[in-house]
Amino acid sequence: MQTVILISQVLMGLALILAFVRVVRGPSLPDRVVALELFASIVVGMVGLYAIATGVSSFLDAAIVIALMGFLAAIGFARFLERGGPRDD
Amino acid sequence: MIDFIKGTLMLSGAIFTLLAAIGIIRLPDLLTRMHATTKAAALGVILIMLAVALHFGEVGVVARAFAIIVFIIMTAPVAAHVIGRAGYFVGSKLWSGTVKDELRPNYDPLTHELKSGLETEANAVHQPRENDTP
Repeated sequence: MQTVILISQVLMGLALILAFVRVVRGPSLPDRVVALELFASIVVGMVGLYAIATGVSSFLDAAIVIALMGFLAAIGFARFLERGGPRDD
Repeated sequence: MIDFIKGTLMLSGAIFTLLAAIGIIRLPDLLTRMHATTKAAALGVILIMLAVALHFGEVGVVARAFAIIVFIIMTAPVAAHVIGRAGYFVGSKLWSGTVKDELRPNYDPLTHELKSGLETEANAVHQPRENDTP
């Protein structure tokens, strides 16, 4: 069981690195916002895996809060982008 | 048995999340990237939360895990729609191999008006109303 958890954690860490590469490379701001939303999803999954690994169920509350923050950040960024009008970055 | 199901759920969730990350690296433009991340990442998180619910097996934890699942199912399409809309409006470039963009000939980005393509001469003209902002 420990090995399966470890493999899953390694895979999700790899996913986090790939998403971070997209955040750095862009090329436009909406791409970065999509990558940040993917970040939030991956972190929720990692918190769930950590809750299984340690056996502490209180981590799920943190996962709920992270999912909520990711959603609100996506909505806020989208509003910010739409107010700004066309951009060419 | 439960251990086997749990391990399968965790592994497949992690693999789906990794697929989403590979998609966001490899695909060429904003909309195709969103097509990869929104669905695959949501499915990955849902599978991992099912594994959490199986692992603990208490009423409170299962309820919280299902709350996360329902929350993700409800918010992922909304967030994807809002970001895709904003990305289209700020003029993010589509992939050069895009076959069809049906919004471009029918949509006016300045007035935010959408045409159906079935207008007659009379109702194609913009009729200003009293509460319009200029």
